[in-house]
Amino acid sequence: MSVLSVNNLSVVKRDRLLFSKVKFNVVAGSLTYLRGVNGAGKTSMLRVLAGLVEPESGEVLFQGEKIQDCRNDYALSLVYFGHKLGVNQTLTAVENILFWCDLHQVIATTEQVYKILAQLSLVGLEDIPVANLSAGQQRRVALARFWFKKNAKLWILDEPFTALDVQGIALLNQQIKTFLEKGGAVVMTSHQSLQIEYPTTEVTLEYNI
Amino acid sequence: MQALVSLLKRDLSLAYRQRAELMQPLLFFVLVISLFPLGVGPEPKTLQLIGPGVIWVAAILSSLLGLERLFRDDFSDGSLEQLILSGTSLSGASLVKVFAHWVTSIFPLIILSPLLALFLHLTEPMYWALLKTLLLGTPLLSLIGAIAVGLTVGLNKGGMLLALLLLPVFVPLLIFATSAVEAASMGLQYNAQLAIIGAMLLFSLALAPFAIAYALRVSQN
Amino acid sequence: MWKWLHPYAKTERTYQLCQLLLPWFSVFGLFIIILATVWGLAFAPTDYQQSDAYRIIYVHVPTAVLSKSLYIAMAVAAFVGLVWQVKTSFMAMMAFAPVGATVTFVSLVTGAAWGKPMWGTWWEWDARLTSQLILLFLFLGVISLYKAFDDKQQAGKAAGVMAVVGIINLPIIHYSVEWWNTLHQGATIMKLDKPSMPPEMLWPLLLSILGWILVCGAISMLRLQNEILQRDLKRPWVVKLALNEHVWGDKK
Repeated sequence: MSVLSVNNLSVVKRDRLLFSKVKFNVVAGSLTYLRGVNGAGKTSMLRVLAGLVEPESGEVLFQGEKIQDCRNDYALSLVYFGHKLGVNQTLTAVENILFWCDLHQVIATTEQVYKILAQLSLVGLEDIPVANLSAGQQRRVALARFWFKKNAKLWILDEPFTALDVQGIALLNQQIKTFLEKGGAVVMTSHQSLQIEYPTTEVTLEYNI
Repeated sequence: MQALVSLLKRDLSLAYRQRAELMQPLLFFVLVISLFPLGVGPEPKTLQLIGPGVIWVAAILSSLLGLERLFRDDFSDGSLEQLILSGTSLSGASLVKVFAHWVTSIFPLIILSPLLALFLHLTEPMYWALLKTLLLGTPLLSLIGAIAVGLTVGLNKGGMLLALLLLPVFVPLLIFATSAVEAASMGLQYNAQLAIIGAMLLFSLALAPFAIAYALRVSQN
Repeated sequence: MWKWLHPYAKTERTYQLCQLLLPWFSVFGLFIIILATVWGLAFAPTDYQQSDAYRIIYVHVPTAVLSKSLYIAMAVAAFVGLVWQVKTSFMAMMAFAPVGATVTFVSLVTGAAWGKPMWGTWWEWDARLTSQLILLFLFLGVISLYKAFDDKQQAGKAAGVMAVVGIINLPIIHYSVEWWNTLHQGATIMKLDKPSMPPEMLWPLLLSILGWILVCGAISMLRLQNEILQRDLKRPWVVKLALNEHVWGDKK
């Protein structure tokens, strides 16, 4: 079954047509890998898919319904991980995660948060302001959301491996694989070559002038 | 609902942790007002005459300074994206954020107002009128201001633009608020002015959250 | 509304409409403005109270009338753009805005110039002058917000929100300023009660209002056309248009 269908999507940014009439389908249990050179509009595409940016024309359907018409259902099924982490610098890791869970109507206890932060090797860093963590550690705090939102159907990840160390990349790869095997769909971009052993669908965006 | 409650808690605790930053508009407010006696002379009659206007203009300017904080961090660290994609009502969330902002950065200004009334030799009836107009008028400042803050949050050069956008819009509030205090100084009724400010507040309370939510969505494009 | 508007969501259609209307607006507009101004300045009778100073109304009144109309037009365009997501509508909004700001500025300058002989001072905090001044600030706010963005679509939406906020506020500003004025100034200003204008004075005035409307319409349309061409620079129809113009020019 297709989780996301993209129909004739055209996106304009700063009066430049990034891409036009792009079509593809994201089915349950599939990994879609967005390719393209810098400036081809990968990030814009992901932001349109998430519903942050309005496309110039065309539509994005979530389970057959326009995402603008089913914002709530879509929000409950989506985890978006963008360039900006969505982690407040003044709050601690635990506070950040608990707030994110409340916002996304995910039930999480403080013990669970500590447990998962330990898995992400952030032991001892749970209760200090995130600003004091390194870039990679901050990223791990943001990644924790993939461990919590269990009923998600779609993950959208924009360059998730940036600033992560080898162990961090392995952890995230494992989590993505588990999610895919349970029938989740993933759309992502990455400059690193993918190390996930899973069949991938590639969508290539051409650079337009 | 749970989401909005925890948003409120988060914003309040953030404000508490960044209290040093919150002090700045407050200090600005007091400073601007203490400049006036130095500039126009300490004559109580003159100060009484310009007092209400000075306090209100200073309140508008310092609230503009404080407003910039409202969505700035959330925009730059991506919390705003997550909020928009969370399925929580964005207009509800905007209202909660504006409320938290008002409580933490404008309400202290009202608490300071007796001191300023002393500085500018306001009489007691004038002070009570001033207090009432501040209580009704400053939430209006925050609500309307938040629309413009939402629109300019993506720009790096927001500050000056914000003032240019908002100051003309606040003209009626300034007129009604100062005239209420003036009426009080002459021992007249000023319920009419309060009623008008109240009506503007209710009207913006009903519409502004939607405009703020729209502005925030536009900021993501 | 939607059905009538729908074709003009396409920039090309709007461009053609402007092209069709432009000669009428510009030629008639210029002709009428010249006629009315000459008539008003040279042939209309002298006012017994204000002597020749009143003649500034042939510029002042049309600009004052148009400033508010242009703000309303701008806000309506913004509203249509926001609600029905018509891109061309935001372009129209930005076509009106600088014209409106200029007209407002002219009305302020002529108002001040009129104030000198009437009140003995260049600037009087008169209710109408004050609300014109605030109107000018509202125009400038919308324009500078639009200019602040790199992405023109985002700019249109943002400036549109501000234009709509402004239009809601405009009547409140107007009445508050008027009320503030009566409160503070009372009888110090010589209020001119409205004497019925003799037709020899009224006709050129009405004509000049019409002329200004047409000319402002023409300038707005030109601006809209420019904006459309700039934004659609790479669309095939613009390329075709540019080629045609060139061929036509060569033949001459």
